[in-house]
Amino acid sequence: MNVAEGAAGVSLVQSVDWTAIAPPTIAAVVGLAVLVADLFVPENRKPLLGWISLAGLAAALASLLLLLDGDRETFCLTGDAGVCSYTADRFTVVIQLLVLGGALLTALLSVSPLKDKELPAGEYWFLLLSSAAGAALLPASRDLATLVVALEVASLPAFALVGLRRGDRRSSEAALKFFLSSVTATAVTLLGGSFVYAATGTLHLTEIAVKLTEVDGDLQTLARTGVALTLVGFAFKTAAVPFHFWVPDTYIGAPLPVAAYLSVVGKAVGFTGLILVTVVAFPSYADVWAPALAVLAALTMTAGNVAALRQQAGRAFSAVRLLAWSSVGQAGYLLVPIAAAGYVDDPADAIGATVAYALMYAAVNLGAFAVAALVARSTPENRLTDYRGLYARHPLAALALGFFLLCLAGLPPGIIGLFAKVTVFQAAVDAGLGWLAVVMALNVVIALYYYLRWTALLFRTPEGEAPVREGDVPARTASLPLPLTAAIAVTALVGIVLSGAPQMVLRFSESVLF
Amino acid sequence: MIDISESVMQFLLALIVAGPLLGAAAALLPAPPGLKGKSPDQAVLRHGVTVTGVILIAAVVLALGFDHDHPATMQATTDISWIPALDVRIHLGVDGISLPLLVLTALLTFLCALYSYFKQQHQRLAPRATGPSPKAFIALILVLESGTLATFAVLDLLLFFLAFEMVLIPMYFLIARWGGAQRTQAAWKFILYTLLGSVVMLLGLLLIGLKSGTFDMLALATDNGRELTTSVQLIAVLAIGIGLAVKTPMWPLHSWLPDAHTAAPTVGSVLLAGVLLKMGTYGFVRILLPITPDGMREFAPYLAAFAVVGIIYGSLACLALARKGAKGDLKRLIAYSSVGHMGFVLLGIATMTPTGVNGALFANIAHGLITGLLFFLVGALKDRTGSTDLDALAGQTGQALYGKAPRFGALLAFGAVASLGLPGLAGFWGEMLALFGAFRPAEDLSRPAFLTFMAIAAFGTLLTAAYMLLVVRRICMGDPQEKPQALADIQGYEFAAWTPLVALTVLAGLWPALLLGLTDPAVQKLLAGGKA
Repeated sequence: MNVAEGAAGVSLVQSVDWTAIAPPTIAAVVGLAVLVADLFVPENRKPLLGWISLAGLAAALASLLLLLDGDRETFCLTGDAGVCSYTADRFTVVIQLLVLGGALLTALLSVSPLKDKELPAGEYWFLLLSSAAGAALLPASRDLATLVVALEVASLPAFALVGLRRGDRRSSEAALKFFLSSVTATAVTLLGGSFVYAATGTLHLTEIAVKLTEVDGDLQTLARTGVALTLVGFAFKTAAVPFHFWVPDTYIGAPLPVAAYLSVVGKAVGFTGLILVTVVAFPSYADVWAPALAVLAALTMTAGNVAALRQQAGRAFSAVRLLAWSSVGQAGYLLVPIAAAGYVDDPADAIGATVAYALMYAAVNLGAFAVAALVARSTPENRLTDYRGLYARHPLAALALGFFLLCLAGLPPGIIGLFAKVTVFQAAVDAGLGWLAVVMALNVVIALYYYLRWTALLFRTPEGEAPVREGDVPARTASLPLPLTAAIAVTALVGIVLSGAPQMVLRFSESVLF
Repeated sequence: MIDISESVMQFLLALIVAGPLLGAAAALLPAPPGLKGKSPDQAVLRHGVTVTGVILIAAVVLALGFDHDHPATMQATTDISWIPALDVRIHLGVDGISLPLLVLTALLTFLCALYSYFKQQHQRLAPRATGPSPKAFIALILVLESGTLATFAVLDLLLFFLAFEMVLIPMYFLIARWGGAQRTQAAWKFILYTLLGSVVMLLGLLLIGLKSGTFDMLALATDNGRELTTSVQLIAVLAIGIGLAVKTPMWPLHSWLPDAHTAAPTVGSVLLAGVLLKMGTYGFVRILLPITPDGMREFAPYLAAFAVVGIIYGSLACLALARKGAKGDLKRLIAYSSVGHMGFVLLGIATMTPTGVNGALFANIAHGLITGLLFFLVGALKDRTGSTDLDALAGQTGQALYGKAPRFGALLAFGAVASLGLPGLAGFWGEMLALFGAFRPAEDLSRPAFLTFMAIAAFGTLLTAAYMLLVVRRICMGDPQEKPQALADIQGYEFAAWTPLVALTVLAGLWPALLLGLTDPAVQKLLAGGKA
C-alpha cells in the first residue's frame, strides 16, 4: 500500500511502501520495544521479554505472507521510478524467510540459557532482533549504501552478542577477534564501493550494472579494483578462505545460540551480499569475479573440511569446533553456484542453487546446534566424546542429530541434503566448471568421514557408567526445556518433510528469483 | 504366466521398493501388543522375517504376473513427477534384466532374516555374550534391501544414484557394529571407497542429464546416445564407469572388498556379495551400454583387460591364501574369488554382444546364489569352530568335515564345485557365455585382443578350479582323529535357509533357458536401442 503516493506528486519526498519493508521493520521495532521494556520489567518477569521477542520474530515472518503476491519496490528515485533502493521480490522474500526463521530458531535456543541467568536478557534480545533486522534488510537492498548499512546493522550487534558473557575471558577475546577482522573487511568493502562509485557515478546496483559496461578507459583499472574489493566484506561474512580464521574461536567463545546464529544467519548475510553485488551489480565483470569465486570456493571447502577432519574428539568444545569448521566447508559449497553464475548466459538462474542449498543448510545446521545445546546442558565442555551413547540417553535427539549430520554429509536418509548437493553439482557441471565439481566431490568424501564418525559415536554403547560429578547434573538432564525441544522438533520436521518433498526448496534452483 | 492387472503389478513393484522402508521404521517402534513374542529381540527378528517374507512373496507374484512373452518391454511401470526442479521422476519398472535381480535380492534378504531369526532362537538355549540390539540390525537390513531393490527397479538416473547411495549407511553400520576383527577400518574403507566412486558417478550422470535434457533411462536408452557427442560420452563413461567399477569391484579398485567381507557378519557378507556387487554390473548394463554406446566402445577393450587381470589376480590371490601355512582367511578367500567371478561378468559386458551380456547377467545371478551359499557356510563354520583361518581349521591333514559332519561337508563341496563352474550347475553358463562373447566381440572391437582376453580368462577358470579343490581338500577331507572335537552337522534352520540356494543353483544349471529367455530379448533391445 503506497501510503504517501497520493501526496508525493513530483516532490522530493519518497513514497514508502510499508508492507514491503514490514519484515525488517517489525524486527527492529520489537527490538527497541524490548530494550525499553527491559528497564521497567521486574527481575522475576524477565522471561516475558523472550516471549515478546519470539512473537515479534513470528510476526515478522508472518508479514512475509503479504509479499507473496508479487514484486514490490520502494524508496525509488523521485526522478526515475524504475531505480529503487528497496525491492521485495522473490529472492528477498526467500532470504528473509531464511534469516527470520533462523533468528526465530536461535531465539528458541536462547530461552533456557537466559533463564539460567547466563546472559543479560534485555540486551540479548535487543541485539538479536537488531541483527536479524539488518540481515532481513540486506537481501532487499538495491544500492551500495543501503547494502553496507544493512551489513553493519547485521554485524555490529553480532559482535556484542559474541562478547556478551560477562567476565568470560574467552568470550571477550572471541568478540574482539571477530570485531577487528570484520571491521577491516567492511572497511575494504567500503573502499571498493567508493571506487565503483567513482567509476560509475551511481550507487544503485542496476544502474551500476549498466554504467560499468561503458566505463572510461582510464577508469577501467579503478572499476576492476573496486569490484574485487567490494566482494571482500561479504566473503568475510560467508567465512570464505582466507577470511575464515575468526570462525572457530568465535564460535567457541560465543554463547552456543549465538554461534548457531552466526553459522546460519551470518553466512546468509554474506552470500546474499555476494549474490547481489556479483549478479545484479557487476554482471559485466564476470571475468573478474567468477574465476576468483571459483578458486575461493574450492579453497574454502577444502580448508574447512580438512580442518574439521583433524579435530580431536577429546578436546574441549570439539563438537562446536567441528561444527565451525564444517560450516566453513559448507560455505564453500554455497559459493559454487555463485561462481558458476559468472559462466552461464543468465546468471540469475544459477544462484538459485545457492538459495536452495542455504535453506537446507539453515534447517539442519540449526538442528545440529540445537542438539549440541541439549548436550551442553549436562556436559558444558561439549566434547565429541560426550556424544558417545547419546542414543541410550535421548534416543530421539540422537536420531535427529544423526539425521542432521547425514543431511549435511548428503547421504540418505538425508535425502534433502543429497539433492541440495546435486543441484550445486549441477550448477557447476552446467557452467563447465568440471574441475570445481571434482574438487567438491573429493570434499564430499572427506566431509562424510567426520560427519559419519560423529554419527556412529551417537549409537555406540556408553563407556561404562559416567561418574556423577555434580549433584544437580542429573536433575538438569531429566527434564528437557520446552523451547529447546521445540527447536529440535521443528528442524527435524522441516528436514524430514523436505526429504519427502525436496521440490519445496529445490524449486528455487530453477525459477527466476529477481 | 498368470494374468495380473497392470495396476496390481504397479502396486506390487511400489510395495517391493517402499515396503522394506516402512518395515524398517516399524522395526524401531515398540512391538504392538499381541506381537511381543517371547522377548523383544525375538519379536523384532520375527518382524524382519515377516517383512522380508512379504516382499519375497510380492516379488514372486510380480515374476509370475510378468508377461514372459515380452520381457523386453518395461512392465509394471509407474511414472510420477517427484522433483520437477531437477527433473527427477519416480519412474519404476521391470523388464527381463531387472526381474531376476529383484527376485534374487528379495530371496537372499529373506533367507538372511530367516537365518538370523532361527539362529537367535537356537542361541537362546545356549546364551552367549549379548551383542548389540537386533532392533537396529533388522532396521538396517530392511533399509539395505529397499536400497538394492530400488536400484534394480528405478528408471531415472538421479533416483538410481539415490538408491545406490542408500545402501552405504546401513552396510557401514552392519560392518562396523556387528562385524569381526578390524571391523572399524574395514567399514571405513568400504564406505569411503564406494562414496568416492559414486560421487564421481554422479558427475557423469549429471553430464548425461544436462547434455541430453532428460534423466529418464528409457528415453535415453531409446536415443542410444545420439544426443550426446562422442567426447561427452567418453567423459560420462569414464566417470560413471569408475563409480560402478568400484562397486563391482573391478581390479584395481577392489581393495575394499576383501577387508569388508572379512570383517562383515555372515548376513552382511551374504548380502554384500549376493546383491550389492550386482548393483555395479547392473549399472553397466542398464546405463552405460545403451545410453553411451560410443564411449563404451572406446573403453570396452580396457574394461575387458582390467576384467581379465581381475580374474587372474583374484585366482592367484585365492591360491596364495589356500596354500598351507599361508594363514589364509576363508572369508577373504571367497571375497577374492568374487573379484575373479565379477571379472567374468565385466568381460561379458565389455564384449558388447548379446551373448556376452547375457552371460554377464547369468553369471551375476549365479554368483549371487553360489557365493551367498558359500558365505553362509563359512559363517556357520566360524560359529562352530570359532575361526575362519584355513590353517587353524585344516591342521596337518585337514578339517575332515566329511567325517565329522558329512552333510555340512557335502554342502561345502557342492558350493565349491558350483563356484568353479562345473557344467550342470549355475556357475557354468555365465562364464561360458562370457567367453563365447569374447570369442566373437562386437564388430567395432578388436577381435585379436578379445581372443587373447578369452584365452587368459579360460586359464583363469583352471586356476579357480585349483584353489576351490584345494579348499575342499583341506576343509572337507582329512583325518577325523587328528582333532577329535565334535562338530554339529547342519541344523534344521540352516537347511531351511540354504536349500533354496542349492535348488536354484541346480535349476539354473540344468535349465538355463529359464533365465536366458528373460534376459535375452531385453539385452537385444538394449543393445539395439532405438534402431530395433
